[in-house]
Amino acid sequence: MSRLSRRRWTSRIAMILSMAATLFGLVILAAILWTLLSRGVAALSPNLFVLDTPPPGVAGGLANALYGSAVMTLLALAIAAPLGVMAGTALAEFSGRSRIAAAAGFLNDVLLSAPSIVIGLFVYTAMVVPMGHFSAWAGAMSLVVIALPVIVRTTQDMLQLVPGTLREAAMALGTPRWRAVVSVVWRAASNGLITGILLAYARVAGETAPLLFTALSNQYWTSDMNAPMASLPVVIFQFAMSPYDDWQRLAWAGALIITLTILVINIGARALGTSKHS
Amino acid sequence: MKTSDASDDIAADGPAVPGPEAVADRSPRRHQARTKFGDRLFILLSRGSASLVVVVLGGVLVTLALGALPAFREFGPAFVWADRWSPAKDIFSAAAPIYGTLVTSAIAMVIAVPLSFGIAIFLTELCPAPLRRPIGVAIELLAGIPSIIYGLWGFFVLAPLMQSFVQPALIGTLGNLPGIGLLFRGAPYGVGMLTAGVVLAIMALPFITAVTRDVFATVPAMLRESAYGVGMTTWEVVRYIVIPYCRIGLVGGIMLGLGRALGETMAVTFVIGNSHRIAASLMAPATTISASIANEFTEATTPLYTASLIALGLILSAITFIVLGLAKWMIQRSKLH
Repeated sequence: MSRLSRRRWTSRIAMILSMAATLFGLVILAAILWTLLSRGVAALSPNLFVLDTPPPGVAGGLANALYGSAVMTLLALAIAAPLGVMAGTALAEFSGRSRIAAAAGFLNDVLLSAPSIVIGLFVYTAMVVPMGHFSAWAGAMSLVVIALPVIVRTTQDMLQLVPGTLREAAMALGTPRWRAVVSVVWRAASNGLITGILLAYARVAGETAPLLFTALSNQYWTSDMNAPMASLPVVIFQFAMSPYDDWQRLAWAGALIITLTILVINIGARALGTSKHS
Repeated sequence: MKTSDASDDIAADGPAVPGPEAVADRSPRRHQARTKFGDRLFILLSRGSASLVVVVLGGVLVTLALGALPAFREFGPAFVWADRWSPAKDIFSAAAPIYGTLVTSAIAMVIAVPLSFGIAIFLTELCPAPLRRPIGVAIELLAGIPSIIYGLWGFFVLAPLMQSFVQPALIGTLGNLPGIGLLFRGAPYGVGMLTAGVVLAIMALPFITAVTRDVFATVPAMLRESAYGVGMTTWEVVRYIVIPYCRIGLVGGIMLGLGRALGETMAVTFVIGNSHRIAASLMAPATTISASIANEFTEATTPLYTASLIALGLILSAITFIVLGLAKWMIQRSKLH
């Protein structure tokens, strides 16, 4: 075989392998979604949204877990979103090239990638132990710690995309700086900011590890934020590992709900992030 | 800090023409004072929020260190390398979970790195333009799937497949080799370090792919075109031009994926088998730091047990923070040139 054709064959084989790798990634995604759909759809029923998590052998649903997840994630987002956007603004708008800001940005990235189980341990020692009991507040706080750095990072990145001329134009009109940031810079980057918040929501919606020993779980419906509260991921964890068939079915139904929600939010956030400013 | 102070002054003294608000209260001086106050307050609030992030991170490390103190006091530094875990006798140490964490992550990297590079090469060099975005998004969606779903899938779908096909095949072939064969002997349990490593590989894949694509994109078009111009094949361009050009960034991407794999909890908890034993075989059930914490924390009956699990958490944070710090630094450096 000539040298040239050998080189061509090497290249061809390498490219076929890279195509195979891509195919493998897509097949895995399809396989996971297929498993969720085939096992989850069968378990879907209106009861899921009405009845609470049952003892084994009794008909039940996931109502308390869905409620707990919604309350804790939304509360976490309500706290983390304003803090995160303000912090990201400080890093992007009010820092220039300062070293302190660069360090804060780096530390934010460290917090962003802290293992979520460690965040759970932190909130357990800092909140559950002093309070003396597990609570939905503690669960929400652990989700705040996870969502906050995500929002800070995206806010900073998005604000840095806003052209400096817009800021200068606002200043030239005699606008106070805070006004320039709120009505000009934030507004120009609004799609990006919302994308960041949505992505943070998608991240906390599926978090299980930090809730295990902060919010714990609860077999019954409760709206008391000081009591342990069920959440979808923790219930999935408990039920999937159980030997009972009906519990496992509920776990698959919950898994389907949670994954579809997160994927829809992810795709929506992406669409929003790349669309032109309206 | 300096630049922002300077621009504070501009904002405060700057407006020679009164803004609309000043006209309303008919006093440029009061308007200036209000502007200055508003700016100060706003900047204070935003800087306060930014420092909160730093405070939280500090809080995490300090509370973990304090919580872990009783364990280190009881067992000394040997806690890190001794291999004894006996809740009944109240004796704990970290070697088995650390070993499991490192081995599963290493398996994950061995599988995920070539796959991610392959995907990135496909997307940057081969993929027809209209397909590039949908395929890219699909791979990124893998990162959006929550880890508990990977755990469920790994336990109910992947583990049985591993048990009936992959593991017997490995035992039958590689298991017979001298030396390396030790890693592939024993019974095919389905769950264990190998299965956990495969699940972690799938989870790390979108992260490594994303960074790889980003750094591949920093290669100047001119370099690439010249290489094709002198008659290089696609593979040779990738191998001798693209990869050497972004070496450091690629290592950074791998480290980022490694950081993810090291700290992953729920997916591993399902498929690791939860056994505090260091076994030579990759197919043996084991445990990782995060899986030990997730499984045992609520069952920890003695204060020393709890402290030991928190100490595990501290060790895990230390490992991931170092790996991720290095990753960040490398990616940053490769984007500079």
